[in-house]
Amino acid sequence: MKQIWLIFLKDIQQEFKTRYAINAIMLFAIVTLSAVSFSIGAYTATTRVLAALFWIILFFSSMSGLSHIFIREEETQTADTLKLVARPSSIYLGKFFFNLILLILLEVILIPLFIAIMNFKVVSFQIFLLTMFIGNFGLAGGGTMVAAIISKASTKGALFTVLSFPILLPVLISGISATRKAAESVKLMDAQNELQALLAYGVIIIVASILLFDFVWNE
Amino acid sequence: MLNAKMELIAEKIVKRFVHFLVLKNISFKVSSGSAIAITGPNGSGKTTLVKILCNLMAPTRGQVVYQNNSQKINREDIFQYIGLVGPYLQLYQELSAQENIDFFARMRNLKNYSARVKQLMELFNLSGREHDAVKTYSSGMQQRLKYVCALIHEPEVLFVDEPRSNLDQAGIEAVYSILQEQKKDKILVISTNDQEDLTLADQIIRVGVA
Repeated sequence: MKQIWLIFLKDIQQEFKTRYAINAIMLFAIVTLSAVSFSIGAYTATTRVLAALFWIILFFSSMSGLSHIFIREEETQTADTLKLVARPSSIYLGKFFFNLILLILLEVILIPLFIAIMNFKVVSFQIFLLTMFIGNFGLAGGGTMVAAIISKASTKGALFTVLSFPILLPVLISGISATRKAAESVKLMDAQNELQALLAYGVIIIVASILLFDFVWNE
Repeated sequence: MLNAKMELIAEKIVKRFVHFLVLKNISFKVSSGSAIAITGPNGSGKTTLVKILCNLMAPTRGQVVYQNNSQKINREDIFQYIGLVGPYLQLYQELSAQENIDFFARMRNLKNYSARVKQLMELFNLSGREHDAVKTYSSGMQQRLKYVCALIHEPEVLFVDEPRSNLDQAGIEAVYSILQEQKKDKILVISTNDQEDLTLADQIIRVGVA
C-alpha cells in the first residue's frame, strides 16, 4: 500500500510541476464541447443523442491525457528506474489512482459545462453520479493498462485511442445507456442493469490488469 | 541486512533479440566480499546482462538467483537488496534532488536516512543543491546524484555500468572510494571497458567473445 501511495504522490508532484496531462484533457474537453455545441446549433437533441455525445466527449478527452502517465516514464527514461524500486502491482495501482483523480477533475469541469451548454436535463442525479463514479473505475482501469502496453510503441498517441476503444466499449455502451436513464427516470432500479454492468466491468478490468501487469511491464 | 551473506548466481543466461543472439550461456557466481567485472566490445551485451541481473529484463533462457544466507530471495523483493547506476537510468527531472532521494528512500521503506544522505551529498559535492530541480543539474552532477540515490539503502549488491561516465576527477575519486568500500563486505558488479576499473574485480566476465 505504501508503494502505491508513494507512486501516486510522485505522479501528482510531477503533474503539479508540468500540468501536461491536466491541460491536455481540459483543453480537449472544452474544444470538443464547443465544436459539438456549434454543430448542433438550435437543434434540440434527444436525451439519447445527448447522452452519447457526453460519453464521446468524455472518452476522447480522457484518451488525450490518460496515456501520459506511462509515456512520460518511457520518454524520460525513468521506467527502468521505477522498475528497480517498485513491485509491478504497486506501479499499476499508483498510476491507476492518478488517472482516476484526473478523470474526476475532468468531470468536475465537463459535467456542469455540458449541462449548461447542451441544455442536458438530469432528472436523477443519483443515477447520473453513480454512473460517473462507477464508470470512472472502468475507464481509468482499462486506460491505465492500455497506456502501459502502448508506452513502448513508436506511434503511441494514435495507438492508445485505437487500442482503448474496443477495450473500453462496454463502459461506453453501459455509460451511455445509464446516462440516458438518468435524464429520463428518477428510479435507481431503472438503471440497475447498466450500473451492475459498469461495476462488473470495472472489477474485472482492474483485477485482470493487476494480474497481467507484470508481463506487460517487464516485456 | 548487515552481516548477511549474499550470493548472486547467474545460470546459463541466454538473451536473443529476434534473430540476434546477444548473450550465450553466461554463468557465474559471486558472493559478499568480492567484485565481478563484465567487459566486452561495444554492442556485446554488457548492459543487457546488467539489466537481466537487476531484473529489469527477462533472459530468453537461464535464470538469475539471489540468495541471502542460502535463502532464495523472491523476484519481487530483489529491489530491496540492489542498487544500480547506469547511463540509461534517469532521475525525475522535474523533481528536486531531495524529492528524488525521498521517493527512492521511501520506496525502499527506509526511515532514518537523512544522516546517510547528508554524508553521500557531501562525498559527491552536491551539498547545498538539494532543493534544485534535477533538470538544472549538469550531466556530471546528475551522475553523482544517481550514485546518491543508488547508495542510500546501502545495497548488498551494487551494479555500476560505466562507473566513470560524465564524471570529473573528483567524482571518479568519490566513486572509487565507494566501490572499494562496497567490495569489502558486499557484492560489486561493474560493467566497463576501462582497464583501471577491471583491477577492482576478482572475476572478469567477457561477453561477445567467441
